[in-house]
Amino acid sequence: MKKLGLIIVLICGSLMLYGTIDFPDWADPSSPASTHLSPYFIETAMHDTAVPNIVTAVLADYRGYDTMFETTVIFAAGLACFFLLRRFQRRAPDVNLFRHMPTGITLRIKKGGKVPVDSSEFERIDSIWVPYDLIIKTTCRLLIPFILLFALYVIAHGHHSPGGGFQGGVILGAGIILYAISHNLRAAKARIKERFDAYMCSAGVFIYVGTGVLCLLMGANFLDYSALAPLLGTDPIMARSHGILIVEIGVGIAVMAVMICLYYNLSSAGRQDEGL
Amino acid sequence: MNEIASFIIAKYNYWIYIVLMMIGLYAMIVKNNLVKKIIGMNIFQTAIILFYVSIGTKRGATIPIIYHGHGDGSHAVHATDYINPLPHVLMLTAIVVSVATLGVALAIALKVYRRYNTLEEDEIFTQIRRK
Amino acid sequence: MTQHLPAIIIVVPLLSALLVAVFGWIKKTICFVIALPAMGIVFLSSIVLFYKVITENQPIIYFLGGWSPPVGIAYNIDHLSSLVLVLISGVTLAHLIATRQTVIEEFTNKVSAFYTLYILFVTGLMGIVATGDAFNLYVLLEIASITGYAMIGMNSGRAYLACFNYIIIGTIGACLYLLGVGYIYLVTGSLNMLDIASILPGLVDSKVVPAAFIICMVGLMVKMGLFPLHGWLPNAYTYAPSSVSTLMAPLTTKVMIYVMVRVALYVFTPVLSFSVIKPGNGFTWIAVAAIIMGSLMALSQQNIKKMLSYIVIAEVGYMVGGLWLGNRMGITGAILHIVNDAVMTLCIFLAVVSFSSYKKRDKLSDFQGAFKEMPVTAAVFCVAAISIIGVPPTCGFFSKWYLISGGLAAGHYAFVAALLFSSLINMVLFFRIIEIAYFEPFSDHHGKKHHVKIAEASPGLLIPLIIVACMLIILGLYTDELVTHVISHAIPAEIV
Repeated sequence: MKKLGLIIVLICGSLMLYGTIDFPDWADPSSPASTHLSPYFIETAMHDTAVPNIVTAVLADYRGYDTMFETTVIFAAGLACFFLLRRFQRRAPDVNLFRHMPTGITLRIKKGGKVPVDSSEFERIDSIWVPYDLIIKTTCRLLIPFILLFALYVIAHGHHSPGGGFQGGVILGAGIILYAISHNLRAAKARIKERFDAYMCSAGVFIYVGTGVLCLLMGANFLDYSALAPLLGTDPIMARSHGILIVEIGVGIAVMAVMICLYYNLSSAGRQDEGL
Repeated sequence: MNEIASFIIAKYNYWIYIVLMMIGLYAMIVKNNLVKKIIGMNIFQTAIILFYVSIGTKRGATIPIIYHGHGDGSHAVHATDYINPLPHVLMLTAIVVSVATLGVALAIALKVYRRYNTLEEDEIFTQIRRK
Repeated sequence: MTQHLPAIIIVVPLLSALLVAVFGWIKKTICFVIALPAMGIVFLSSIVLFYKVITENQPIIYFLGGWSPPVGIAYNIDHLSSLVLVLISGVTLAHLIATRQTVIEEFTNKVSAFYTLYILFVTGLMGIVATGDAFNLYVLLEIASITGYAMIGMNSGRAYLACFNYIIIGTIGACLYLLGVGYIYLVTGSLNMLDIASILPGLVDSKVVPAAFIICMVGLMVKMGLFPLHGWLPNAYTYAPSSVSTLMAPLTTKVMIYVMVRVALYVFTPVLSFSVIKPGNGFTWIAVAAIIMGSLMALSQQNIKKMLSYIVIAEVGYMVGGLWLGNRMGITGAILHIVNDAVMTLCIFLAVVSFSSYKKRDKLSDFQGAFKEMPVTAAVFCVAAISIIGVPPTCGFFSKWYLISGGLAAGHYAFVAALLFSSLINMVLFFRIIEIAYFEPFSDHHGKKHHVKIAEASPGLLIPLIIVACMLIILGLYTDELVTHVISHAIPAEIV
């Protein structure tokens, strides 16, 4: 099998190498890819959409329809993970474990025993050995607000610098995943509940599609943001710029929620107890 | 000698992507472990991303963010000064798609592990045959 | 509002998928209530589009975002795509109604997630058919694939491994298509199909174009499960939940063949596809191999779903072969067979689901006495079976007729022989089932004759099933109209 695979790979590789003979040279300014469509984007994007970052303009406006489905792909992936992995536990476990935070002692409480729910000194855990590190927790608690703030900056500044909804959404999600890793999944779920997260997934995509439908209702084509000008109180070109921002926010929300959903389900194999 | 060097410089980006792609394909065909297959799949996708991004480059050009920004429409923008933005946009989509595929593939691998208690393909096959 | 119909057929299901995802958390039964009208709207809109395209006799082009191509993405709905749009939405609507009960049984507490994925899957397929942009097609292809992976992997047991293989192989296929699009972009600088088609004929001498062509085609062949690359298909369809395989078997492979037709005729143009690159002969031989191997493998199966999956593989061979014969008859047959085969496959898979609605029937031997218990389902099963075999007046006969005449006109006698051989095998296969189900007495273990009770499936499943079976005959009767008014316009004039 190994040799067969190697032979297949070598044959495919050499055929493909042979195919590159007629390729345009690397970084050749006169190659068809650089002369057919891209000059239009580079020279008129700023004029059409008032967005200096041409990648953002092309992504969210000229090819905004692709990006809508890109968001939908992510949404579908999060949903697929939930659909495949999530196991709803019907009965409560026989033994509940609690940790006394100041001393680090673990308590085993059998079914029917008195459970220290109210005390803030106790923390529910799911296996005998759950690592606990004060330094990591404190450091992450300090870092996470700045990470989230930076994520918002990346989303908002996508018009002028590298960034945008996907990148910002991933950073937002990463901030919350960091919280889940440094504490545990239960703590993260107390902040962002599973159902809320699912709503956010849908809401993010809904903002994108809804913007498109709004354009449709205003009488223009689907996703033609210039039709939003009367609603936003600007001229059609600025309306495109604002429309891009609106959909980027939608993308950011959807990506964040999906990243969290993926982490919740993958790290705990769908049980959503304490995670890793 | 000079011609060969210029030929290599003109084409080596394509060779690198093909080599990477073949590494990914090899991993997907030959490797026994499901997670290694997933990694191979990711390398395969990354190779294509590399190919697209290398289409976008242009000698003597900078990233496609217009330098003068807002409120300064008097500056003419020349296409030769900025690299091609379209492949970057397309690859943003492809990256997202590959993340999505990775998520679903990992979920399935987890389910396989839960069912058979192993991720080695031959061990799974022996378990299936035994039944 | 009618000028926005191309957007509506995509946006309505997408919005309804989001609504299902949200409201499914609150109430499970609402999912079906949202999905049904959405699919109804999609079906009606596709019919209106179809009607508009035929009466106006020109394609409808819709600019998404208001940008005209090649700058923006355009939807290009012509005779071919409007026909397939009606097909997809119709098949989905029938399937949605028919499997309502099965879905609740199979996905007890994840019904809402299932319906969301289901609608997204159909949205992806509709988009693939409607789009006129080569890269947009890839994104939509991935939506259809990812939702498909998730739905297949939901069954217990061997479904996981089958699904895992499907993910790996399917990703290779989609990536190869993406790479092919990249090659095209490299030499043309464009992504819009019409624009590419106007540039490519000027690049006849470039070696990149044939490379792009081969890579695209191999990617699509992996996705459609053409014979040497079919590895993922039988297990995925066999072990998938029955409400999923009944949807994917009629749609996925057919839509991929649609994409192949579209790429061959409208992106690479007939000149390149049939005169310059000339893969026709080789591809037809692959198709011959697919037909023969698919039929032979089907013959050796004991599991009914697996047997049907191998028949699907053989049918893929029919259509690919018909397309690459390169003459008008063959391509007409291929396009006609896309329509007919989708309806036939839906009908036969739904009939099998109906048979196992009270009693699990996987193996052929489980079908003893089934026809007496379920006479209506049995009649439908027989109609679908004779259509797959190719007996007039069912539609299967007519598409096979076109394919055979195309093969004769092209002088490709092996293809004709393979078609006849496959019909023969199908006859053996289905008469074997009919014999088991009708003539073998249903007896319990003591050998005592059992009094047969009629236990039909629920009307919710039966009514769509009967409608689909009637469609098989109606499509057969109206084949001439379909060919002259729709399919003949869908084939470029250069092809004779």
